[in-house]
Amino acid sequence: MIKTEHLQYTYRTDKTPIEFVLDDVNIEIKTGEFVAVLGHNGCGKSTLAKHFNGLLLPTGGNVYVSGMDTKDEELYWNVRRSVGMVFQNPDNQLVATVVEEDVAFAPENLGIPSEEIRERVDSALKAVGMYEYRKHAPHRLSGGQKQRIAIAGAIAMRPQCIVLDEPTAMLDPQGRKEVINTIKKLKDEGMTVVLITHYMEEATKADRVIVMDKGNVVLDDVPRNVFKEVKLLKKIGLDVPQVTELLYNLKKAGLPVNYDVLTVEECADELAKILL
Amino acid sequence: MLKDITLGQYFPIESPLHNMDPRTKILGLVFMLVAIFAANGVIGYLTVAAFTLLIVLLSKVPFKTYFKGLKPIWFIIIFTGVLNFFLTPGTKIYIGNFSTGATIEGVILAGKMALRLVLLIISSSALTYTTSPISLTDGIEKLLLPFSKMGLPAHELAMMMSIAIRFIPTLIEETEKISKAQQARGADFDSGNIIKRAKALVPMLVPLFISAFRRADELAVAMESRCYRGGNGRTRLNPIKFKKIDLTTAIIFTVFFAIVIALRFI
Repeated sequence: MIKTEHLQYTYRTDKTPIEFVLDDVNIEIKTGEFVAVLGHNGCGKSTLAKHFNGLLLPTGGNVYVSGMDTKDEELYWNVRRSVGMVFQNPDNQLVATVVEEDVAFAPENLGIPSEEIRERVDSALKAVGMYEYRKHAPHRLSGGQKQRIAIAGAIAMRPQCIVLDEPTAMLDPQGRKEVINTIKKLKDEGMTVVLITHYMEEATKADRVIVMDKGNVVLDDVPRNVFKEVKLLKKIGLDVPQVTELLYNLKKAGLPVNYDVLTVEECADELAKILL
Repeated sequence: MLKDITLGQYFPIESPLHNMDPRTKILGLVFMLVAIFAANGVIGYLTVAAFTLLIVLLSKVPFKTYFKGLKPIWFIIIFTGVLNFFLTPGTKIYIGNFSTGATIEGVILAGKMALRLVLLIISSSALTYTTSPISLTDGIEKLLLPFSKMGLPAHELAMMMSIAIRFIPTLIEETEKISKAQQARGADFDSGNIIKRAKALVPMLVPLFISAFRRADELAVAMESRCYRGGNGRTRLNPIKFKKIDLTTAIIFTVFFAIVIALRFI
């Protein structure tokens, strides 16, 4: 679906030596996969996300979306419509004053006939569970609801993939839950999802976790194997899920437990083993 | 206080007025405004007032909402009213043998002015209550289209307007937040003379501007991600169509306008 080859990027080409924000990133995201990208602030994860739909073009190397090179100017809009983007601040990505008109923005830009726009808007709003709010004004909704509208606005383009750049960073716990449940639902319906985040608990739900540091990919594996690397994650300034941390510390204290757990249930089972 | 502004707020319900082509409503409002100022004599005023009442009823927006919209202009009405009472030359009004200083002509003039202002606000509100900002700007865009051949960026103007309207509540909220944050650090917005107060606004305006620029930047990226590339080739969710109801309305408006003008010259 999305493939990067020796991707390099710098915001400043005039400075020598060139400081790359992304330096030789090689990843491949398969169709239908749910990938989480983790990393500390300034590790280049947002910059990477902006390459997935051609908002930024590589300084070196290539990015392919469904086989299309993002540098190819003729394929520019095809790339954009294949990858939907959702950003951090819900307020700054809604353009209209009525929910359904906002969701209609992308299909309108694509020049789709009105009847089909109506159908796309309705199905997108139903997919995120906001259909009853279609006539509401976005500024009256909660953060979680606004972010779901932003997701609906992206999927109304009918993209094959949706990239979310820290969609929950500005939300309260309730809103965060709403957004994560929506993302999981989209994934179950066959959408390719790339979730950029710094919440470990969200990353545990992905099929695969990519950890970035200083413009490089340092880990790329299933969540269970990634979070086993407690030492490495701590070294680059990341946390591990609380349950992993607890068992990791118990193990360090000499107790016979496995710390490759991701959920509270698994952690409880591990603890039960040593207590019973 | 800032949240009281109702002018320009859309009231999302179903009504004959909501279903109309925004172009009809915009041009209708233009006719209406001219009629309000052209009206003359008791019958003229009654016609305009009755017509405004009809529009209000057709909009199905509660009267209460219209009254709320009038709140900011009560002061102007009363102020100009008092001035008119006393400053219009004419027959003085006496209570017993005591002169009040007001004149009959003044009272009539004040009444006319008040009525005009009220009708003006009500009929403009009727447009904004029944037309969503998007269809309003769509209407303006379509009306300006003939001028775009002369180089007027009709689509861009309409887009700018709709985004501006969209961000009013967001920026109001932000202003309140910044003002509270600055007050918490000891900023004083309410005392001192005008110059002092104006100076006190600087620490509020600077962060507001910076954040507005940041928002603009993020919004541009988000719009680009959703394939925005100007007005060419765009379609609409609710394309504006000139329907039968619009033709009927246009005819009614023309007749009404003719009556008001005729009354003026009889």
